Amino acid sequence: MSIGVKVVERPIHDTSYIRATLTGMAHTLKHLLTPERVTTQYPEEKESISKRWRGTHRMLTTEDGKAKCVGCGLCPTVCPANCIKLVPGEDEQGNRYPLVFEIDEFRCIFCGYCQEVCPEEAIHVGRHYENAEYSREGFVYDLERLMAQTHPVCEMWDPADPKGE
Amino acid sequence: MTTMHALLQAATPSSEPHTLPFFAFTALKLIVVFTVYMVGVALLTLAERKISAWIQDRHGPNRVGFHGLMQPIADGVKNFVKEETYPAAANIPLFVLAPALAFIPALVTWAVIPFAAPWEGRWGRIDMVLAPLPIGFLFILAISSLGVYGIVLAGWSSNNKYSLLGGLRSSAQMISYEIAMGMSTIPVLLLAGNVSMSKIVNQQAFETWNVLNLTIAFFIFLVAAFAETNRLPFDLPEAESELIAGYHSEYSAMKFSLFFIAEYANMVTASALMATLFFGGWDIPFTLWDNVAPHTGLKTFLTLGCFATKVLFFVFLYMWIRWTLPRFRYDQLMSLGWKLLLPLALGYIVAIATTIVTLDALGFARGSVPFHAGLILLNLAAVVILFVLLDRGKIISPAYSRLNQRDVARLRAVSTPRRAPLLPESGD
Repeated sequence: MSIGVKVVERPIHDTSYIRATLTGMAHTLKHLLTPERVTTQYPEEKESISKRWRGTHRMLTTEDGKAKCVGCGLCPTVCPANCIKLVPGEDEQGNRYPLVFEIDEFRCIFCGYCQEVCPEEAIHVGRHYENAEYSREGFVYDLERLMAQTHPVCEMWDPADPKGE
Repeated sequence: MTTMHALLQAATPSSEPHTLPFFAFTALKLIVVFTVYMVGVALLTLAERKISAWIQDRHGPNRVGFHGLMQPIADGVKNFVKEETYPAAANIPLFVLAPALAFIPALVTWAVIPFAAPWEGRWGRIDMVLAPLPIGFLFILAISSLGVYGIVLAGWSSNNKYSLLGGLRSSAQMISYEIAMGMSTIPVLLLAGNVSMSKIVNQQAFETWNVLNLTIAFFIFLVAAFAETNRLPFDLPEAESELIAGYHSEYSAMKFSLFFIAEYANMVTASALMATLFFGGWDIPFTLWDNVAPHTGLKTFLTLGCFATKVLFFVFLYMWIRWTLPRFRYDQLMSLGWKLLLPLALGYIVAIATTIVTLDALGFARGSVPFHAGLILLNLAAVVILFVLLDRGKIISPAYSRLNQRDVARLRAVSTPRRAPLLPESGD
């Protein structure tokens, strides 16, 4: 109790230690006996995530199992974190395809611009978050790995339906 | 061997001649009691985590074994295989000795606590207590005072300012509350007329439990026991928010674990003391059947269960209060101990002694109904007065209590000369 601290006069029922203790103990006992628990048992049960969740990337494929990407170079251009490495190539029929397509998930800020800008709807951010790895190198996803992902992809925000209904 | 016999005879003149069954059963009791005690303490660490979790609407540890039942084993294995660190500037011998010193007194106190009704079987009467000392209660007072050494030595030998502060706080706190604790039990001894634990239990078993006669003594003992075991709301020696972990900041692996076990062992011992001194020990309430001969094995078993229930209830109370109340401030702790509990305990001794002498002089026999009715009436009046007084917010001073104006003037007078160079010059 230091000098000059303003002291507010309070009624007895606000300052009683005994009553406060008993009330507190009744309160904790009530919680002790209530079977409701707020913990989510994580590996077994998971919280649902938003349809617009932007997580680990995924490259969509055509029916014959090739990447939809045409190597236009828009995503590395728009990427603010500079995490996409793209080397475009062209086959004999003149179809463009990515020779190298790598995303560094460590650099990525998951803004979703790559998905928005993609003219072929090839690269997507996904509704997925369990992407732990044992090494830094493991976070650089190559084209094969991006195509192998199976999780659902993010649904972009639609101005006509802002609340996603 | 003969000297040992003589010593044992001197220590326990009331017990049976020391034959082979006596030694065999003493050894058996030792092994069984301490095994159960240590396993129980290990399980209590789990119980504490479970109860804290349930109070906070969580699940608690539930990964190891069925609902986390194997968690104590996992913790034990972890503590054994962890690296032990020694601070460079620590006093190593004392640093190693301290955890054991904290742990042993709690264990030794159990030697004199009767945990069940005696059993009279084929081998004669077997007391369900490890050492039926006639001075059991004095033994407890002597041993429980030693507990503070472990903590103080841990704080000092670590050579760490937080540890030292924790050790200092605990020595001040434990010595303060030890006095109130010892004083609060004097009325119990006055009623029992004996310091032997089994006599105290017997007196309560045939008459009334001391908690009905001596509620205020029980209240003081309860508060002091919380302070003695360094449990919330009196856990200032470890006070995480100020002192990291207090006296055991520098301890790791099994030595840290020993402090942890010591805390729970102390808790169980204090609970057992509360049950024995104020709640009739192993006595089954509302019946005299369990107190009288023949002392069969069934009675021993049932009274053991009754004692365990009482002890576990107090252990639960410890945990319940820990997860309810916030920590006291240091000045509140000290003023509660010295300004409330100690005078209260001393006054209570006088009141009870006077009442007993008066009731004796009026010709009411000890243990008769009017004798206890008189005590209970006095007790009711005292409880009402005390708790109404406590409720005025004056004795446990809250942070917002009004400071005495005289104190303010005195403090201003002390601080003004020191602050004078800092204060702005006045105009003229």
